[in-house]
Amino acid sequence: MPNPTRIEVNCTTGEVLEIELTDAEVAELAYQAELAADAKAEEDRIAAEKATAKAALLDRLGITADEAALLLG
Amino acid sequence: MATFTQIGSAVTVGAGGASSITFSSIPATYTDLVLKLSGRLATSGYDSSPWVIGRIFINGTQATSGRLLYGTGSATGSDGNASAMFVTDTDATASTFSSAELYLPNYLSSTNKSMSVDVVTENNGTAALAGLQAVLSTVTAAVTSITIEPSNASGINFAQYTTAYLYGVSNA
Repeated sequence: MPNPTRIEVNCTTGEVLEIELTDAEVAELAYQAELAADAKAEEDRIAAEKATAKAALLDRLGITADEAALLLG
Repeated sequence: MATFTQIGSAVTVGAGGASSITFSSIPATYTDLVLKLSGRLATSGYDSSPWVIGRIFINGTQATSGRLLYGTGSATGSDGNASAMFVTDTDATASTFSSAELYLPNYLSSTNKSMSVDVVTENNGTAALAGLQAVLSTVTAAVTSITIEPSNASGINFAQYTTAYLYGVSNA
C-alpha cells in the first residue's frame, strides 16, 4: 500500500508536485499522533476534574452557576 | 500603491488527498505574504469536534508560540495553542470547508516572524469555530517556504477540493 502524498508548489517555477511520504515521515506522523492523543486525554482529564470540583462547590454553597456568576460579576 | 500578486500555482487537492501543502522557493520580491486556505479533512479528527487543529511550518520549523481567541457557538476562550489553522473534518456537515487566512508581514526580515491567522469553520450544526490568532515563529531567516498540515496525526489528510493560494504583497 503506497504512503500518503504531500503537495509542494515551487513558487519560482510554478510547478506543483505530489510527493509520496517516506516511511520515516509516516512514522513521525504516527508518533506525533500519539503525543497529540496523550495531550488531549490529559486536557480532558483536567477539564473533567474542574467541572466536578465546580459542581461540588456550587452544591456545598447551595447556589446555581448563574448565581455564582452574579456574585463574581 | 500596494499590490497583491499570486505566487506560484493554486493548489487544489485531488481525490487521493494530501498530508500537507507546501509553498517552497518563495521569491524575495515582496514585502508581506498572505496564504488563503479553504480546507476539509478526508476523515474525522481525534475527537468529536467538527474540526482539527492544523500546524504551520516556516522554513520547515513549526511555529509553536501564539495566542488564540475563539468562539465555538457554545463557548468562548483564550488558548495558548499556537500554529492553529483549524480545518473542518468529517464530523461537520458534508461538503463544508473551513476558511482561513494567514498574514505574514516582513517575511524577508532577519528577526522572528509574527503572523496573524483568522479562521472560521463551517457546519450546519451547533458547533462551529471562529478564531483569531497571533502566532510567532522563531525563524530569523527570510521565509522561503510555508507548510500547512491538517493535523499532527497519521492518516488525517486534506480532502479533495481543499484549496490553497499564496500571495505576495508589495508596498511599492
